[in-house]
Amino acid sequence: MFIINCPYCGKREQSEFKAGGEAHIVRPKQPTELSDDQWAEYLFMRKNIKGIQFERWVHTHGCRKWFNVVRDTSNDVIKAVYKMGEKPPTK
Amino acid sequence: MTKNKYSLFSLIKHAFSYHENWEKAWKDPEPKKEYEVIIIGGGGHGLATAYYLAKKHDIKNIAVVEKGWIGGGNTGRNTTIIRSNYLWDASAGLYDHALKIWEGLSQELNYNVMFSQRGVMNLAHNLQDVRDLKRRTHANRLNGIDAIYLNTEQVKKFCPIINTSPDIRYPVLGGTLQRRAGTARHDAVAWGYARCADKMGVDIIQNCEVKGIKRNGDSVEGIETTKGFIKTKKIGVVAAGHSSVIANMAGLKLPLESKPLQALVSEPVKPIIDTVVMSNAVHAYVSQSDKGELVIGAGTDDYVSYSQKGSHDIVEGTLNAILELYPIFSRMKMLRQWGGIVDICPDASPIISKTSIKGLYFNCGWGTGGFKATPGSGDLFAHTIANDEPHKLNAAFNINRFVSGDLVDEHGAAAVAH
Repeated sequence: MFIINCPYCGKREQSEFKAGGEAHIVRPKQPTELSDDQWAEYLFMRKNIKGIQFERWVHTHGCRKWFNVVRDTSNDVIKAVYKMGEKPPTK
Repeated sequence: MTKNKYSLFSLIKHAFSYHENWEKAWKDPEPKKEYEVIIIGGGGHGLATAYYLAKKHDIKNIAVVEKGWIGGGNTGRNTTIIRSNYLWDASAGLYDHALKIWEGLSQELNYNVMFSQRGVMNLAHNLQDVRDLKRRTHANRLNGIDAIYLNTEQVKKFCPIINTSPDIRYPVLGGTLQRRAGTARHDAVAWGYARCADKMGVDIIQNCEVKGIKRNGDSVEGIETTKGFIKTKKIGVVAAGHSSVIANMAGLKLPLESKPLQALVSEPVKPIIDTVVMSNAVHAYVSQSDKGELVIGAGTDDYVSYSQKGSHDIVEGTLNAILELYPIFSRMKMLRQWGGIVDICPDASPIISKTSIKGLYFNCGWGTGGFKATPGSGDLFAHTIANDEPHKLNAAFNINRFVSGDLVDEHGAAAVAH
């Protein structure tokens, strides 16, 4: 269990949130033209990183807004939080 | 193997020397320069794979490399439930294959894995549960798997401590029972396979972390480890929660997410529950170990983590459900809680498969239910590695199903919530 700093509500317990998986997976612009391999890549394949991971969370029991989190998955330490549409931090 | 067979005779013989001269169950070798096959991951599945490769496929030059100690990962962290009452044909074939091996495993390994067919009961708490469980019972029977449906009175009769009152939040409306199902001793499974594999010449190399996979174009050449480079043409990866980490080393992406799964045990008490009861809807699994501890399985967290711990609210939710179903446990104290990292596929079914890289095989994605499959998984993975093609029982569990769309969707169908 850890604390997440919601960009809209501030620091709240992780149990108020729901994890939405890997961030920055872009929906294909031309879905009808994708090959099966490309669909598999988009739908199923995940980096599943041990270390710094960029991911989406939603404040289900709060403002219900989606945002991005940079978290170290080896120890659950959160490095940064940023809103949807913002560029991910480089450091 | 007969020379060092465990028996009543050897027990008496060693009693005269105060049990101080038992030979080591397995050696502690340094890695050789080259192996025919290297298994990455010394858990139950990895050790079983090595054992069946040596026993059934006559490959003797095998190494199992393990980052920590054997059986120290998910093999030592699960709730030891064994069952095969899966809905889909492919899963039923896979898990019942494993269950059939379990039934003779102690004799085969000359090692008591304490397999106890005490039955597994799955509860229904709403109308949809009832329909799903009845459907699964029929599907199981069509696949030759024993399954019966129980009404509320029969559930109460089979496990009298369950609260079947109609006015609890999630009343018990019925359940299914697989009598051949049960539990086994998790450590003994790893140790039994390790001992037999070692006897057949398999090198079990502990404290040896894989740092890289060396590729030559589309095939593998060996592994970089903390104990140096080891050459091989075939690598079988059985790294559970760390499968994606190994895959990344080979430049491969897998459809997996690794999440914490928690379990806990209570203080030991006298025998109170002689079966395994699982409840999908409220997510409460409970059985009692031979030591007398209640063994309780909680759910997974919904975020990716390799931290081997989970969130407290998951445990709290599970214990809430346990207390409502078993009011008798209300004053029990919990002794230990822990987490393991489980690798979950989008369809909640495993991958036992070749990959696009020649000589690289993956056995992963077992998610929350890998222990029950240990012997079958090892057997089928050994077959896949030895023949460079799957056995008919694991053909459906290939990695290409995520491209073709031919998934084995056990999410919600497998009698547990994943």
